[in-house]
Amino acid sequence: MSSKKTATYGLLIALAFIFSYVESLVPIPLPIPGMKLGLANIVVLIALYVLGSKQAFGLSVLRIVLVGLTFGSLFSMIYSLAGGILSCIAMILCKKTKLFSIVGVSIVGGVTHNIGQIIAAILIVENRGIAYYLPVLLVTGAVTGLLIGMLGAEITKRLTVKLNINNHKCN
Amino acid sequence: MKRNDIILIIAILVFAFGTIVFFNLTKSEGDKVVITIDGKPYKTLDLNTDTTLNIEGEDGEYNLLVIENGVASMKDASCPDLICVHQSDIHFDNETIVCLPNKVVVEIESSESNEIDGIVN
Ligand SMILES: [Zn+2]
Repeated sequence: MSSKKTATYGLLIALAFIFSYVESLVPIPLPIPGMKLGLANIVVLIALYVLGSKQAFGLSVLRIVLVGLTFGSLFSMIYSLAGGILSCIAMILCKKTKLFSIVGVSIVGGVTHNIGQIIAAILIVENRGIAYYLPVLLVTGAVTGLLIGMLGAEITKRLTVKLNINNHKCN
Repeated sequence: MKRNDIILIIAILVFAFGTIVFFNLTKSEGDKVVITIDGKPYKTLDLNTDTTLNIEGEDGEYNLLVIENGVASMKDASCPDLICVHQSDIHFDNETIVCLPNKVVVEIESSESNEIDGIVN
């Protein structure tokens, strides 16, 4: 990584940290307790497009561990891990297919983020009735993903110009 | 955005909508309130009998469950997030209130659903 990229990486980790903190402060009345909207996903998305798959995955794990240790509980960490890792892998694979733009990749990330959390919830409370909330969470994930994707597209465009990275296309 | 992005959004919406329709068509009023702690059965109550139950855990944690006018809701709890208290009333078959910190699950069940599985009323 160039020094510019390394600096960006550090900045993104800090941003992800702040996003997660804000998210932990504002409880969103999602039907399953402990669930998060996944706003910090925007940072992972940007890392994926500006820096690369490995960096995005590293950032994803680093963020969850840092946030979990700082202001999370064991439960929130399990949720974040399930949602965060699944969505990160899904986004990496989805970008590789080149079928979707950054917005599509972000939507896949949002949806899989919620699927991961729902699976964690089913395993933790050992109750399959939770799957009942799947449709609501799919739509929530798609909407969150759409908004994050559109915002992420703008930011990525600017960052790419600033960093003089030519080998990544955002659309 | 690419054309595939739009297709993706439509596919997710259609799938979610289809699931909602399916759940609603197969949805029926429940009549039992099944309470479990950490996956183990705690108590089963009748949804049509007004009652208040303090669900007590091993380490002093509690959830106050109220059944009134055919709906169940969590009125108070010892958990730090109180998300279970903010969840809406439940009365349909398979609806749940979950308190994750206390590992308490309150689920509505129907005594009929096991016998006539899949039949829509
Ligand atoms: Zn609770």
